[in-house]
Amino acid sequence: MSTTASTTTGTLRPPLGSPMVQITGLHKEFGSLHILKGIDLTVSTGEVCVLLGPSGSGKSTLLRCVNQLETFQAGEIRVGGERVGFAEHPLPDGRLARLTEKQIAAQRARVGMVFQRFNLFPHMTALQNVMEAPIHVGKVPTAQARARATELLERVGMADRATHYPSELSGGQQQRVAIARAMAMDPELMLFDEPTSALDPELVGEVLNVIKDLARSGMTMLVVTHELGFAREVADQVVFMADGVVVEAGAPAQVIDHPSSPRLADFLNSVL
Amino acid sequence: MAHEEHADIPNRIRAKEVFHPGTLIAAIIVAVLAAMMLHGLVRNKNFQWHIVWLYLRDVKVIQGIGYTLLLTALAMILGTILALIMAIMRTASNPVLRGVSWAYIFVFRGIPVYTQLIFWGLVAVLYPVIGIGIPFGPQFVDFDTSKLIGAFAAAVIGLGLNEGAYLAEIIRSGLESVDGGQGEAAKALGMKPSLIMRRITIPQAMRVIIPPLGNETIGMLKTTSLVLAVPFTLDLQFATNAIANRIYAPIPLLIVAAFWYLVMTSVLMVGQHYLERYYGRGFTNSGSKRSKRQAAVNAAGTTTIDPALEVEQ
Ligand SMILES: Nc1ncnc2c1ncn2[C@@H]1O[C@H](COP(=O)(O)OP(=O)(O)O)[C@@H](O)[C@H]1O
Ligand SMILES: [Mg+2]
Repeated sequence: MSTTASTTTGTLRPPLGSPMVQITGLHKEFGSLHILKGIDLTVSTGEVCVLLGPSGSGKSTLLRCVNQLETFQAGEIRVGGERVGFAEHPLPDGRLARLTEKQIAAQRARVGMVFQRFNLFPHMTALQNVMEAPIHVGKVPTAQARARATELLERVGMADRATHYPSELSGGQQQRVAIARAMAMDPELMLFDEPTSALDPELVGEVLNVIKDLARSGMTMLVVTHELGFAREVADQVVFMADGVVVEAGAPAQVIDHPSSPRLADFLNSVL
Repeated sequence: MAHEEHADIPNRIRAKEVFHPGTLIAAIIVAVLAAMMLHGLVRNKNFQWHIVWLYLRDVKVIQGIGYTLLLTALAMILGTILALIMAIMRTASNPVLRGVSWAYIFVFRGIPVYTQLIFWGLVAVLYPVIGIGIPFGPQFVDFDTSKLIGAFAAAVIGLGLNEGAYLAEIIRSGLESVDGGQGEAAKALGMKPSLIMRRITIPQAMRVIIPPLGNETIGMLKTTSLVLAVPFTLDLQFATNAIANRIYAPIPLLIVAAFWYLVMTSVLMVGQHYLERYYGRGFTNSGSKRSKRQAAVNAAGTTTIDPALEVEQ
């Protein structure tokens, strides 16, 4: 991956509306626990997809499969048309060759991920956190990486804290830096796993605003969240998962305001 | 966190502290005992302070210091490299790698250093020729062991192999102390395992590793006094002992050795302090750096709210 932030923007991306993420028949087991039981999900380029579901329904697991932090036992995931984790075609004996660590790393570099617990690198300042991947993965010259990182910190409203270590930042500030860090590799897809769940209530808004801003800029996003207001405002598609299957999917107005399954109705009541 | 300048609060309390007679009496007793010891040290003719003074700057002694430091440095470098390899092998999924790592730690931790050093001194007797080739198959190159491994090399290898076994556990627990989310965040950015180890895991593990590593280095400095087992004869302990035997003055030369060992360990402790501070950056829950930075932020007056309130502990 020697593609840099500025060169890929808008050039290599599939056209708007073509599928960015295609998940078909995905099954995931942890030992004998069957967690994902045949997930089908498509996210178009430029679309914001919000994943809802009770705790333990497999939302995080699904996101982690997309970014290959977990392996899966059946099905297929494609990001930007490219098959994730395995070679495109099966071997003559029917088996699928796994990609090498290097190839997997290259695929991951095209997908940004934001975690519930921020996971900023504590031994680096905010700026260094954002510059890390472009310099060491993207091989971008330091000066250029610094300029781009400063720009991204500006965008998430953290430019004045660039030289602070994560331990000197509030949760909301850390999460905004984490978003800038994920954006630094200029991903074609962003994954958010409950980005505001670990925050004090008064800090949720500042992080959601940054994510909304990203959504409006046309970034393709898969967001796990319990923030229904956010889903209503920015989601193109809302997917409700329970017990490892997709129960309902559709436009937010339809899914959130007119749930057709009792499971979803119960869940919405409990979240509100 | 102490505030340097005090706010102007009216009717500030002027407290009279409680008097602790017990503490005062204990302090006086301890001071008297310490003075007695010092007196006994200085006035006792048997210490022969003029000989101590003479040999403190002896060429052989200074050279001994040099060799002791060199042995310490090389053995710690060898030990650290071995330990890092063993610690990573210990977490490998391949059972051969795990098994070899376990066996290494088991053997080199279970045998006294002195015994190991004698062994390395005798290795040329055990294996007169060392060759590179296929096990039980043909040899490609042969070396004369006694030429390849002299006394100095034997001492470094002996000390380093032994140290590696101890450091392996220290490094392993250091690597394990790094939060799993760190590796995941790095992976998600497209970083490869070796890069994650180098840029993310090791720098954070250092914070946990440095204090015991420093203690081990100081321990190693003292352990080098055992290299006469090899026998290697140029280190500080052997040099002072040789002089003592020559001039029949064991006690002054023990003092010379003790003095220089103390100086060296003191210097190492200072170095350890600075290393700890460097690798502790970003983890500033205590320490003056953070409070200074915080004070600077406050003093700048650019933030409307007190940033200290935002800092998560
Ligand atoms: N590493 C793991 N090993 C075993 N079980 C796991 C693991 N990770 C997640 N699970 C289980 O998978 C289920 C789904 O988890 P998760 O995807 O985190 O749910 P959600 O994010 O929707 O709350 C849970 O029952 C959880 O206990
Ligand atoms: Mg979750």
